Amino acid sequence: MDAPVIRLEEVRKVYPRPAGDVVALNGVSLSIEEGEFVAIMGASGSGKSTLLNQLGCLDVPTSGRLLIDGTDVRDLSDIELTNLRRDAIGFIFQKFNLIPLLTAYENVELPLIMKHRRRDVSGRPAELLRKVGLEGEMITHTPPELSGGQQQRVAIARALANNPRILLADEPTGNLDSKTGTQIMDLLADLHQEGRTIVMVTHDARTAAYADRVVTISDGRIAR
Amino acid sequence: MIFSRILFDLATRNVRLHFLRSLLAAVGIVIGVLAITAMGMMGSTLQLSVSSQLSEGANTLVVYPYMTTGSDEGITERQLRDIKLSAGTNPVIPIMSGSDRIAVGSEDGYASVYGLDPGDIGEIAEVDRGVSVRGGEGALVGPALAREYDMRVGSRITLGPEGGRSLRVVGILKESGFSGAIMTDNAIVVAENTFTSIYGDKGYSMVQIVVKDLSAIDRVKESIESKMNRREDTVTVWDSRAFLDMVNEALGSISLFVMAIGGISLIVAAVSIFNVMLMSVSERIKEIGILRSIGVQKHEISLIFLYEAVILGVAGSFVGALVSLLGGYLLISFMFGDTTFFFAPQTLVYIPVGMGIGIGVCLLSGVYPALRAARLNPIEALGAE
Repeated sequence: MDAPVIRLEEVRKVYPRPAGDVVALNGVSLSIEEGEFVAIMGASGSGKSTLLNQLGCLDVPTSGRLLIDGTDVRDLSDIELTNLRRDAIGFIFQKFNLIPLLTAYENVELPLIMKHRRRDVSGRPAELLRKVGLEGEMITHTPPELSGGQQQRVAIARALANNPRILLADEPTGNLDSKTGTQIMDLLADLHQEGRTIVMVTHDARTAAYADRVVTISDGRIAR
Repeated sequence: MIFSRILFDLATRNVRLHFLRSLLAAVGIVIGVLAITAMGMMGSTLQLSVSSQLSEGANTLVVYPYMTTGSDEGITERQLRDIKLSAGTNPVIPIMSGSDRIAVGSEDGYASVYGLDPGDIGEIAEVDRGVSVRGGEGALVGPALAREYDMRVGSRITLGPEGGRSLRVVGILKESGFSGAIMTDNAIVVAENTFTSIYGDKGYSMVQIVVKDLSAIDRVKESIESKMNRREDTVTVWDSRAFLDMVNEALGSISLFVMAIGGISLIVAAVSIFNVMLMSVSERIKEIGILRSIGVQKHEISLIFLYEAVILGVAGSFVGALVSLLGGYLLISFMFGDTTFFFAPQTLVYIPVGMGIGIGVCLLSGVYPALRAARLNPIEALGAE
């Protein structure tokens, strides 16, 4: 078997605060293999969002090692971290986080433009949108004109734009009704079936049931 | 840095979405550019019009005897011949001058007295009323002096030492203002032989040369200086362009000052752009977080905001330039009644200058907000509402 896609060794994250340091992660060690679907569960304040931010290279650990594809992110500059986010990681957020000014198509096209420095000519944005179930006139709408479920589909298509090795989902169904949430989870499950590595933070046991493995975080440590 | 079309598009969308706010900020720039450009153009027109009026007398050289202490020797006939030789075909007018006590009726006072060859008088001043002196006795009186002493043609005027000599006023001169070497408005002009018979012959006080071809001024000046001052300094040659330069310099500082006042309004505009950009950044913190999370670099975030500032700057400056072209034209045609100088390159250059300053100011006020946007922590930015 190949080396794990994500590997954490004794990762600590400390936020200095005037009232004293806050230890958000207190020595987390974890390996995630290629093609795995891992759910991270925990109460709010347990450190699960901090963990996801480290995995997404939005932040770097205070100490310990975090290897993405064999590279220690603490050795990377901000520019390299940004490029890693662009090329290797796809984010799916609870609040969709689409750019409200851009159409669905343009939102999906954006990471491609950032990577290739020109407008897309391959037709990939439309293809990805079709794959998540959005077609025709729908893709010319801006996010405020779409339903929550549709917005999350656009967000998933955007996350897939640069064909990343890792998909990170932060409560992907948190802002959706249960029926739409199920549809979105089915979509993620399909992506997993295709061999995509997915790490998902959730506090909902039903959602977590889609994963191969559930990691529970408590007080900045892995509980079991 | 690569020009990124999508970043530019994002910036244009932001301007469009907050159209009113952007419009107001751009209006500030319009006013600032208008103020700077209109003021600059006005100053330039003023300068051009004054110097063109003055340069009518700019073709004059005046030769004075070199001043040594205790000497009141003027330019001799021999020196005058040398000057005439150097001047070539340009008219040379030797002038005797002095100032003296004069008496008109029971009033008395002081006035300048000039002695001229009667044939040269026409070159220096025009006779308004009466006739010019023709070799014989008689005096011409400047208009201001005539008014002061209530003289008219036929009045008698007494001047000269030891009881003086009484002369008949044969003509009153026309108002001339500044013209070359001498000011005749407050003076008495008599024929050369009258002057020497009253004051004795001490030579000429000055020699005026009107150079017909302006570009020849330097040549004539050098020729006189090299001929006359070869062994020792005997004459000083005064060039009226030196005076013109002085006037121009003074006018230049006035128009710079006026432009600086215009600049204040541009500072106000800069503050408003700065404010709009800061608001734009804080309204879009979340969007910045999203862009950062999907792999947009810090400098690219800065670019979006700089583009936005430049769009406002270019639009504002462009409109400002158009308005000042129109406004400047109207203003100048009202003030001067003549727009020849408005279309001079020296005047029109203020339009690109004003636009450049306007765009520069916008860019500068966009820098800090843009850097602030780029420095935002992506996680905190994503968490913002």
